[in-house]
Amino acid sequence: MGRILVIAEHDGASLNASTAKCMACATAIDNEGIDVAVLSADGAAICDQAAALSGVAKVLKVDHEIFASQLAATLAPQIVELAGDYSHILGPSTTFGKDLMPRVAALLGVAQISDIMEVKSAYSFQRPIYAGNAIVTVDASPERKLVATVRTASYKAVSSDGSGTIEAVEAGASFPTHTRLVEIKASSGDRPDLQTAAKVISGGRALASEENFSLIYSLADKIGAGVGASRAAVDAGYVPNDMQVGQTGKIIAPDLYVAIGISGAIQHLTGIKDAGTIVAINKDPEAPIFEVADIGLVGDLFEIVPELEKQLG
Amino acid sequence: MQKILVCLKRVVDYNVRVRVKPDGTGVVTDGVKMSVNPFDEIALEEALRIKERGAANEVIVMSIGSAEAQQQLRTGLAMGADRAILVETDEAVEPLSAARAMLATIEREQPGMVILGKQAIDDDNSQTGQMLAALWGRPQATFASEVVLDGETATVTREVDAGLETIAVDLPAVITVDLRMNEPRYVKLPDIMKAKRKPLETVSFSDLNVENEHHLTTTHFAPPAQREKGVMVEDVGALIQALKDKGLV
Ligand SMILES: Cc1cc2nc3c(=O)[nH]c(=O)nc-3n(C[C@H](O)[C@H](O)[C@H](O)COP(=O)(O)OP(=O)(O)OC[C@H]3O[C@@H](n4cnc5c(N)ncnc54)[C@H](O)[C@@H]3O)c2cc1C
Ligand SMILES: Nc1ncnc2c1ncn2[C@@H]1O[C@H](COP(=O)(O)O)[C@@H](O)[C@H]1O
Repeated sequence: MGRILVIAEHDGASLNASTAKCMACATAIDNEGIDVAVLSADGAAICDQAAALSGVAKVLKVDHEIFASQLAATLAPQIVELAGDYSHILGPSTTFGKDLMPRVAALLGVAQISDIMEVKSAYSFQRPIYAGNAIVTVDASPERKLVATVRTASYKAVSSDGSGTIEAVEAGASFPTHTRLVEIKASSGDRPDLQTAAKVISGGRALASEENFSLIYSLADKIGAGVGASRAAVDAGYVPNDMQVGQTGKIIAPDLYVAIGISGAIQHLTGIKDAGTIVAINKDPEAPIFEVADIGLVGDLFEIVPELEKQLG
Repeated sequence: MQKILVCLKRVVDYNVRVRVKPDGTGVVTDGVKMSVNPFDEIALEEALRIKERGAANEVIVMSIGSAEAQQQLRTGLAMGADRAILVETDEAVEPLSAARAMLATIEREQPGMVILGKQAIDDDNSQTGQMLAALWGRPQATFASEVVLDGETATVTREVDAGLETIAVDLPAVITVDLRMNEPRYVKLPDIMKAKRKPLETVSFSDLNVENEHHLTTTHFAPPAQREKGVMVEDVGALIQALKDKGLV
């Protein structure tokens, strides 16, 4: 048993919700304390948020202007510097963590366990493979440090009633210059974030155009939902890539998921299997989505969706 | 750039509905269709396009796995790769060991770029490219949807949770590709015939002086929890009622 280090994800201003979910996973592992590392250009506000997470002992505040860009190539060597006696180093299985953590593991010369969905013991975990068609139990050796990513959809964020201390740590690694951030184009908008929204409405290929997707946005806005899409809808250019739900997009666990004009391919379903209630609207009664839907409605979305919006008042 | 190295993994075809063996010792792979990992086909397509634009001279495909992985390497040669390397082993290979075997191959071949898939759809690890870049001490541009080459740097657009991120990396570099980078070409029969005559070299881990280390043990395979089949409703009114009953609207 040892101490656990959680790597914070943030956008330079505030902590990403994935960190509170990693904390939930860390808490399920026997430990002698959980610390959070915040690597940023100016981490005061982010560290306050991290210190408030329930279960945090210490926040390591590592400020350096180079961390204004959250690049794996510069973050990883610094995390190796921090690794010290920690028995476990955890990050989220968001694109941030998936990019970073294997680089950390390789620098430490150890394996990584990706997408922890359940903790069996400090060195035994469950994770999905084959797009969630199988769940495996993976055992690691206590002899080595364990680097892992946490499948955020499997965990509820810990509350923010903690009182960790904040400790400033000098950035001590030597940073490569071979990788440079050019720009980040966030397609965001004002809608709830797909990965944390309590309700999500997704549209598929059946929407048939970018313009028709306004049906989905409008319904989502009516009930305060985030908006997602199938890969087919993203590939066809109806919506931007960050809206893709599924094996290779976002894995989400909202209370309500509404799939509209989505067939229910296995790669899509793997992204929603932890949703509370799944609603499917599809004109094909044989569509595989109905096998997993809690509530199904067969019909033409171009009639149903406007009617739904109207009747919701 | 002289050479581009592309890594192809042999995996269960993405159309197969994978099943867990009843005794929990693995998934059923007997008689199941095997293919090149779909992301790796995209990786190879990108390498071929770079070569066709004159920005590289040779595309090498490599795979680590059993002798059967020769089939996937032949597919890569039929798509247009110039030669192939199989690191043959019948044991399981964890991403760290795969990355070490790739690094040893890089040291021999000195490619200007290594392109991999962003994840292998069997183990869904999404680790190997990042580990390779770390061991090599070179840049990584993961989850890429566009690569623009300009002399000794590559400008890469990455699909990230927030949207699209663009980074510039000095070459040599490791790139892992996402689905929207390109549409891989189909192989034609004459290409398959031609591929049979292209060189395919087989080496072992020990030839590369790499140990196939195992840090993790998979002890049990289980099918995922099934969602219970729900109800079908007749119309919009009934749908809204059902949602209201659950307190969701
Ligand atoms: C390696 C790999 C990874 C992948 N990753 C993902 C992923 O992360 N996410 C993902 O979503 N997919 C992913 N896919 C793609 C996946 O296999 C499917 O191709 C995709 O999900 C299909 O999208 P769709 O359901 O919108 O389209 P379709 O399968 O074409 O389904 C459209 C549905 O709309 C219905 N429909 C048509 N018109 C109407 C109408 N007027 N009213 C109501 N219903 C209508 C049809 O009955 C049909 O069921 C991946 C594939 C591969 C190979
Ligand atoms: N055994 C292997 N042989 C060839 N390429 C591999 C192998 N394992 C992983 N790769 C490459 O690494 C990528 C990511 O794999 P993974 O980290 O296992 O998800 C794959 O898309 C392949 O390009």
